Amino acid sequence: MSATDAVAGGRDWDADPYKLGRGDRDGRGGGHGGGGHGHDHATGHGQGGPASKRVIVGYGFWLFLLSDIVLFSCLFAAHAVLQTATAGGPSGRQLFNPTSIALETACLLLSSFTCGLSQVAADARNQIMTQLTLAVTGLLGLTFLLLEAHDFAGMIAAGDGPQRSAFLSSFFAVVGCHGAHVTAGLLWLGTMMAQVFFKGFRPNIMRRLLCFNLFWHVLDIIWVALFTIVYLIGEGR
Amino acid sequence: MSERNGNHDQGDLTAGQDPSSYSAWDEIQGYLFGLALAVGLTAASFAMVHTNLIWGPGIAVALAVLAVAQIGVHLVFFLHLTTAPDNTNNVLALAFGVVIVAMIIGGSLWIMNHLDDRMMPNMMPMDQIMQMQR
Repeated sequence: MSATDAVAGGRDWDADPYKLGRGDRDGRGGGHGGGGHGHDHATGHGQGGPASKRVIVGYGFWLFLLSDIVLFSCLFAAHAVLQTATAGGPSGRQLFNPTSIALETACLLLSSFTCGLSQVAADARNQIMTQLTLAVTGLLGLTFLLLEAHDFAGMIAAGDGPQRSAFLSSFFAVVGCHGAHVTAGLLWLGTMMAQVFFKGFRPNIMRRLLCFNLFWHVLDIIWVALFTIVYLIGEGR
Repeated sequence: MSERNGNHDQGDLTAGQDPSSYSAWDEIQGYLFGLALAVGLTAASFAMVHTNLIWGPGIAVALAVLAVAQIGVHLVFFLHLTTAPDNTNNVLALAFGVVIVAMIIGGSLWIMNHLDDRMMPNMMPMDQIMQMQR
């Protein structure tokens, strides 16, 4: 095979390397990457070289997050089974404070949004906006944690701690596990702010920021399942 | 959708690539849209508990539907899970995760409810059972 054949073959594949027909739209878009930058090509299939490190790192971290979701699903399953096992103690309807839960939900949802903004700012290599949005994310996360800790402290002070009933054990396990994740996320956030400040937007720092973003958004997804199953459906019982 | 893919590709910029065609506002709009959807779905969930619009026992199902919808919104607008070619692996991994989660939660509820039924037939009070045994 001559060199020109190889090149021609390469162009053939470039037309639709595993885009399975969706390549047409990209071709029509034409503007970005079409001019020979190369990052428009499908990656990870041996065409146009191996996938970029960012894609691979994101995939690996996504696998970790999915395993974390499986861990949470076990706690959710336990809670769903034990939801009526109150052993004569208080049920969800008597314990949960809807205002506090709504506030916690608002905090976490907004922090997820500002976390996304920090990714946009980091992509634009804007140091001030990145630090600002990350700081707001951290403050909202901290507010969420303080509200949750306040709720927990109130319940335990009233004698409704995890030792009261199987229902409360599973409740503290699943909500506490989420709280522990948020705490770890806050520590990570702090180190990320320092790294961005001192090391700048180096490629490896950008990948760490991507992983932190994925982590924080997944925490919000778990919270959606949590306030639905534990609080809202639990309140109805 | 092709616009989103374009933005995603821009996110793949590494050192040395040209960020001049990068548009932050497009991405912010995406996040704003996702936030609006998520807030709406959350508000609907919280309102659902206090409403009389839906038959009582159906509320749990409605809440589950709203939660699944919101999780979808988060996946698309915040986690940028798209149908782009370099996202195929992520989507497949997610599908596998969903299967596992469904098996764990659905299986647990299924088995434990059956066990519950067998352990406590008819929920008969204990003293009645004691009398029957005499």
